[in-house]
Amino acid sequence: MKVIYDGSADSRTFKEFLSTDIPKLLDENPDYIYLDADLMSCIGTAKYGKAHPDRAINCGIAEANMVGIACGLSAAGFKPICHTFGPFASRRCYDQVFLSGAYAHNSITMIGSDPGVTAAMNGGTHMPFEDVALYRAIPGATIVDPADTAQLAAIFQDLVDREGVKYLRVNRKSNDRVYADGEKFEIGKGVVLREGADVTIIASGFMVGRAIKAADLLKKQGIDATVIDMFTIKPLDEELVLKYAEKTGAVVTVENHNAIGGLYSAVADVLAAKCPTRMARVAVEDEFGEVGPVDYLAERFGLTTEHIVEAAESVVVRE
Amino acid sequence: MNNQEKKDLRIFAAQIRIALLEELKARGFGHVGGSLSICDLLAVLYGKVMNYKPEDPKWADRDKVVSSKGHAGPALYATLALKGFFPMDELKTLNRPGTNLPSHCDKNKTIGIDCTTGSLGQGTSQAVGMALGDKLKGRPSRTFLIVGDGEIDEGQCWEAAMFTAAKKVNNLVWIVDDNKRQLDGPTAEILPTFDLRAKFEAFGFDAVRVPGNDVEALYEALTKTPEDKPIAIIMDNVKGSGVKAVEDTPANHSMTVNAETWDSYIAAVKADLETIEKEVV
Repeated sequence: MKVIYDGSADSRTFKEFLSTDIPKLLDENPDYIYLDADLMSCIGTAKYGKAHPDRAINCGIAEANMVGIACGLSAAGFKPICHTFGPFASRRCYDQVFLSGAYAHNSITMIGSDPGVTAAMNGGTHMPFEDVALYRAIPGATIVDPADTAQLAAIFQDLVDREGVKYLRVNRKSNDRVYADGEKFEIGKGVVLREGADVTIIASGFMVGRAIKAADLLKKQGIDATVIDMFTIKPLDEELVLKYAEKTGAVVTVENHNAIGGLYSAVADVLAAKCPTRMARVAVEDEFGEVGPVDYLAERFGLTTEHIVEAAESVVVRE
Repeated sequence: MNNQEKKDLRIFAAQIRIALLEELKARGFGHVGGSLSICDLLAVLYGKVMNYKPEDPKWADRDKVVSSKGHAGPALYATLALKGFFPMDELKTLNRPGTNLPSHCDKNKTIGIDCTTGSLGQGTSQAVGMALGDKLKGRPSRTFLIVGDGEIDEGQCWEAAMFTAAKKVNNLVWIVDDNKRQLDGPTAEILPTFDLRAKFEAFGFDAVRVPGNDVEALYEALTKTPEDKPIAIIMDNVKGSGVKAVEDTPANHSMTVNAETWDSYIAAVKADLETIEKEVV
């Protein structure tokens, strides 16, 4: 795995990826179909939607109906991709995703954009810190929180083709660049980015770059950290979690999400049952979001590199 | 429709009611009111209007039924069994542990059920997607969506209705079972619907109101070819229709009665059936 992290931002935004690759899929195979709830302009698909209204359907501001229609389209043999902002792709249409989708064995891909603090200037109403928790509670659901566009590009079609309810939480802007183009990823398999014997840092999405940076800072203090990109939060790569918990004896989870129900909960569930391990977390501590620039919000909710370093220091067993 | 065809559909409706009541009797309780009120509709749909193959229940080009009022499942199960989708004996397993016939419709459990419903309102959007999908795939199928007048309290129904007309999903027929009652009491008291026909017209439908027990009027409405607008049929109905004792029970959404009482309901429908059979056409 070629990791090219150097602290710089991804040269391509997620919006740029989605605005080209959703139409690409739609053009390749008539079984793909895309639905949006009046936010096509926000992910750059509006032009395609205007030209192909039967392939990219604007449902208006009616997320519950959009999800239900997507489920009906799945029953009719399509592979629907739905997009709206994260809170509306999770909270707003939860019962529809749960019953019309998962319970009824229909397959839909839900893209929730601007998760957690990346909702930034849209503020607390648009800032989902609970979307992962909600989707984790749906039996059989898949949750993907990609680190960068190279990773998303590698798994996007696999995700859309995968059976069941899938939730892709993705920043519209760019995260830190982590991977070289062309790398391969498997949904459900975490990626080891750094090897270290003292502590394991498990991160996802927007936080992966920060976790690598934290590991580099820890090294200067003599703490060798393993960093794992857990881009699939469900199904969780339990084997990898257990392997590194046993190896390092200390685990820190790092997520742009509430500690309740997110990556911390997922990892803690596994460790509590199979390998009780000292844990710390970098997560939102049961709060609502608020408006502001991303850097301000990351500080405000405790999601900076420094917070990761502190959390790691708190769990490392010093000899 | 000639008189013999009309008589045949009325006989089929009575047979559905008898099978439904036997099914509910076997369990001792169930959603009787809202199941009875769609029996005439189901007789017309499965007896004359729809294209389907009981031996090939997933045939892609079939017409589909979505009972968004998922609690009317028992009426659909009775109809499907009578049409040979599964053995009549299976009706006696309704709501038994491990059954394929749950209280609310489940397409993954019951052969012939086209859509999973139960959380009210959700069948509407799914039906829109199914019909839209058939249209985009070039299939000749029509989808018949049955919605309760109580169910229509759910905002999702109106989102789906707006979309149906706006995107001209004209291979979808909306049928509102306006049976005037919901779980807690009369719809007029709980949350009045006001003029449903006017509402659907305002939403861009070609809407008609027909008596819910008039098989000929239902047939005419269900076979009308939509022109520019999708069709909405408001069935003027009575909850528990076809069994006077159930109609006269105010709280008839779900009833638990003893076997003798179920038998008295069945006897009443059997008497009606005999009368219909004796009619000279």
